[in-house]
Amino acid sequence: MDAQVKFSLRDAPHEMIERAVKVRAENVNVFYGAKQALKDVNVGIPERGVMAFIGPSGCGKTTFLRCINRMNDTIAIAKVTGRIVIDGENINDRKVDVVELRSRIGMVFQKPNPFPKSIFENVAYGPRIHGLATSKSALEEIVVSSLKRAGLFDEVKERLHDAGTGLSGGQQQRLCIARAIAVEPEIILMDEPCSALDPIATARIEELMEELAKIYTIVIVTHSMQQAARVSQRTAFFHLGNLVEDGPTDVIFNNPKDKRTQDYITGRFG
Amino acid sequence: MTQHTVASFDADLQTLAGMIGEMGKRAVHSLADATKALLERNVQLAQQVIAADRNIDDLQHLIEEKAVATIAKRQPMAIDLREIISTIRIANDLERVGDLAKNVAKRVIAIGDQPSPVNVASGLGTLSTRVGEQLSAVLGAYRNRDDEGALDVWRADGAIDVLFTSLFRELLTYMMEDPRSIGFCTHLLFCAKNLERVGDHATNIAETAHYVVTGDTLSAERPKADESSAMRSPQS
Repeated sequence: MDAQVKFSLRDAPHEMIERAVKVRAENVNVFYGAKQALKDVNVGIPERGVMAFIGPSGCGKTTFLRCINRMNDTIAIAKVTGRIVIDGENINDRKVDVVELRSRIGMVFQKPNPFPKSIFENVAYGPRIHGLATSKSALEEIVVSSLKRAGLFDEVKERLHDAGTGLSGGQQQRLCIARAIAVEPEIILMDEPCSALDPIATARIEELMEELAKIYTIVIVTHSMQQAARVSQRTAFFHLGNLVEDGPTDVIFNNPKDKRTQDYITGRFG
Repeated sequence: MTQHTVASFDADLQTLAGMIGEMGKRAVHSLADATKALLERNVQLAQQVIAADRNIDDLQHLIEEKAVATIAKRQPMAIDLREIISTIRIANDLERVGDLAKNVAKRVIAIGDQPSPVNVASGLGTLSTRVGEQLSAVLGAYRNRDDEGALDVWRADGAIDVLFTSLFRELLTYMMEDPRSIGFCTHLLFCAKNLERVGDHATNIAETAHYVVTGDTLSAERPKADESSAMRSPQS
């Protein structure tokens, strides 16, 4: 853990909460072929908290999120330069085992994407392939506790062996969160996790994020600025591949320093 | 400021700004009329001031409703949110200014045509003019998003307090000299206090204007020079 650099999650001194840096990006550039998607991004993400990335479509926020678990490796024309340091280790280093890395970093996508398996199997899959459970009962325990932490257990306990795809959208998304936390990750990346959900399902996910942030480092990309303002303690604004400004969420939404941030959050350009 | 992508949002903000402008104009007017009624002992004008306060109150309600509706509809952020919050705050201050002017007018009616045992007209006139200038200046600074202008008003409130304190001493002396003047002088003292309070509301508006422009609240203690609350009668 990089304990030297501390974050203040709130601007007001009486609410000062300090957190160490969990993830640090240093001069990160991403190219898709000739097109540069991210330009020299430097930012720190605090542990045990929610950090939101906002910005117009195509600004690079999802690209940046995908740098954190090296998902850009899966795109043939993508090239990443710079360092992403997690707990002091550069994950772009050749020695890093990507499978092991991704087991430490869960990801939740815009559209819920449960496996075409039962609810139980969706959650059990990760722990099983990573060998986290030594017995059947231990595996069951992991599944139940993950579903409970994702706030889904009470709704599905009677039908754990029904198909995960038969759940409602909001339930499917919580199932995906249960699946992500079943492998005990340290970081959870969320790429617009509520954009396909109704307001009530959205509220449940937000409530869940608050709960999960006590244990995990959560990074969320969202188009809803109100959501970013509600759930995050720190916010970063991306525009045209540049990280324009990052800081305590209160400051970014009440009194941003950069005019581009101000224009974006007040709806002055699309 | 560049326009919003949604043009009707700009229209909402302009409507609110227009309403504050109108309310400010009416409050300044009421204050001047109430003082005029007091100095000229014009009961009819005083009654007009009392009647006109109703319109100021109505405007405050309209501004509040419009501001709440705009927040609900647009979910404003940053400068937009500050602007809307500022209209609610300023409407509140202006409504109080209207009430204070009305209170002066009521006292004009209460003292009726009693002959004045004292002469503090010039002091009250100066105080009122000074307060009216502060109020107009701060409303202008708010309209033009002029932080320096607002801070000037904020700093100048001390001078009003000094004027009030000296009126307080003067009236106290008259009352001690001739106890028969106590009823009349008490009314005048309240009038002076009301005018001084208007100055405080101008200071509040200055703080709001500063908040709109900078996003910061003025943390320093505001300049105070009203010593009347700590004053003893000269004999004790």
